[in-house]
Amino acid sequence: MKELIKIKDVHKSFDHLEVLKGVSFEVNKNDVVCLIGASGSGKSTMLRCLNLLEVADSGEIIVDGQDILHTKDINAYRAKVGMVFQQFNLFNNMTVLKNCMLAQQKVLKRNAADAQEKALYFLKKVGMDSFAHANVNTLSGGQKQRVAIARALCMDPEILLFDEPTSALDPEMVGEVLDVMKSLAQEGLTMVIVTHEMSFAKDVSTKVVFMANGIIEEQGTPQQIFEHPTSERTKAFLARFNR
Amino acid sequence: MGFFTDCANILIKYWPSFFLGIKTTLLIAFSGTIMGLALGLLVGGIRAIKLDKTAPSSAKMIKKVYDIISWIYIEVFRGTPMMVQALFLFYALRPIFNWTYIPAGIFVISINTGAYMAEIIRSGIQSIDIGQTEAARSLGMSNMQTMINVILPQAIKNAFPSIGNEFIVNIKDSSVLMIISITELMFQAKSIAGSTYKLTETYFITACVYLCMTMTTSFILNQIEKKMNHSKTTLPQSDTFAKTMNLAKEQEEHERTY
Ligand SMILES: Nc1ncnc2c1ncn2[C@@H]1O[C@H](COP(=O)(O)OP(=O)(O)OP(=O)(O)O)[C@@H](O)[C@H]1O
Ligand SMILES: [Mg+2]
Repeated sequence: MKELIKIKDVHKSFDHLEVLKGVSFEVNKNDVVCLIGASGSGKSTMLRCLNLLEVADSGEIIVDGQDILHTKDINAYRAKVGMVFQQFNLFNNMTVLKNCMLAQQKVLKRNAADAQEKALYFLKKVGMDSFAHANVNTLSGGQKQRVAIARALCMDPEILLFDEPTSALDPEMVGEVLDVMKSLAQEGLTMVIVTHEMSFAKDVSTKVVFMANGIIEEQGTPQQIFEHPTSERTKAFLARFNR
Repeated sequence: MGFFTDCANILIKYWPSFFLGIKTTLLIAFSGTIMGLALGLLVGGIRAIKLDKTAPSSAKMIKKVYDIISWIYIEVFRGTPMMVQALFLFYALRPIFNWTYIPAGIFVISINTGAYMAEIIRSGIQSIDIGQTEAARSLGMSNMQTMINVILPQAIKNAFPSIGNEFIVNIKDSSVLMIISITELMFQAKSIAGSTYKLTETYFITACVYLCMTMTTSFILNQIEKKMNHSKTTLPQSDTFAKTMNLAKEQEEHERTY
């Protein structure tokens, strides 16, 4: 098993608020890692440090052998690490298709024909190809999120990061997004997912990381975490979901 | 003879002068607005860029200097009367550019408008959700690519009412350029008044002509705006005209709800 991400003793503060207090964990190739934990525990911050939307204050983040805290070409690095946001963040001034083509053309310098072919391929994969020419503002939340996933996939990322991809969705749309993510997991895409969907984490992930107050309280396989948690905090947190 | 007969006679006799004035006013106002917009996009766009924390310190230094210079430009041109700017720039730069009146007028109005546009564009940019930037950056796009492809198109659309308002302001405020002998409408009006000695009538006609121009422009801009069907915004605007327009609109809405 190839180690793709190695996070070692990462610290991050906002002004005087220490949000990450020494976080370490690894992600192997083809892993699906779910980050769980209470609100404010630092999950989003950890994820954002991974693609440099936030810069860790200290520690080490090695991705595919590259020390990203000291990388020269941030944009090239980011192109390899996709990110899917809670609020979708589709480009409002473009059609669905253009959303998926823009970065391919600007960052990877693909020509329009290749970019379009790729975009349509992944839009089809998430079931949104028939909306290729739609204005993004006319889509439902679930549709937007599937487009956002396709947009990230178009960059052929080695890793895909998700920050609560279903938290802004109406309940009836959560399933369609989780299904897409499930099929990506089955294809072996490496993913790091911040989520409150415990049953998804249980079924799909290869590793669960439970964060509390800026540290990793416990990590392990879904069986270990969900069925035999050792830490009291983990137990208390999970108890809230099992009621 | 009645007031309106006098007006009609002046109009019949002097319409070519009025017409020339209108043409010059529109030319100066329009080109000044377009060039001001271009200037504002450049100045305001760069002002709105936030460098990454990881950017080299030399880049941060340059940005800092740029911010200070652009701040001075914006404050000076928004904080002094255009008439003073016109006189100062016209005489100060005449030895260098050796210019004729019309280019000088367009230059002055462009620079003046640019200062307002820079602020309009900057707040237009700031009104765009940060998520748009984060999404673009997370795909590997640079600061500049993000600005040009994602942020500016949305910012311009949001700021369109304010941008259009600058055009209307320029139609009116270009009248101060008669001080540097630009043959726009106000200049023509003054010389007509001088030769007819019918001051009230001449300036009454002039006011009507200005009103026609601003109302027509406002109507056209509203049509364009409707086509773009964007949401309402509250962006800085450069004078009372916009405020009264908004007031009227608000009043209308107020009346409608009761
Ligand atoms: N840019 C920022 N500036 C200041 N404080 C921040 C910033 N981003 C996050 N924080 C703070 O850091 C703490 C951790 O935030 P983070 O978003 O990482 O939590 P989270 O685990 O993702 O929570 P949630 O489940 O609510 O998304 C919070 O207290 C938050 O207020
Ligand atoms: Mg979060």
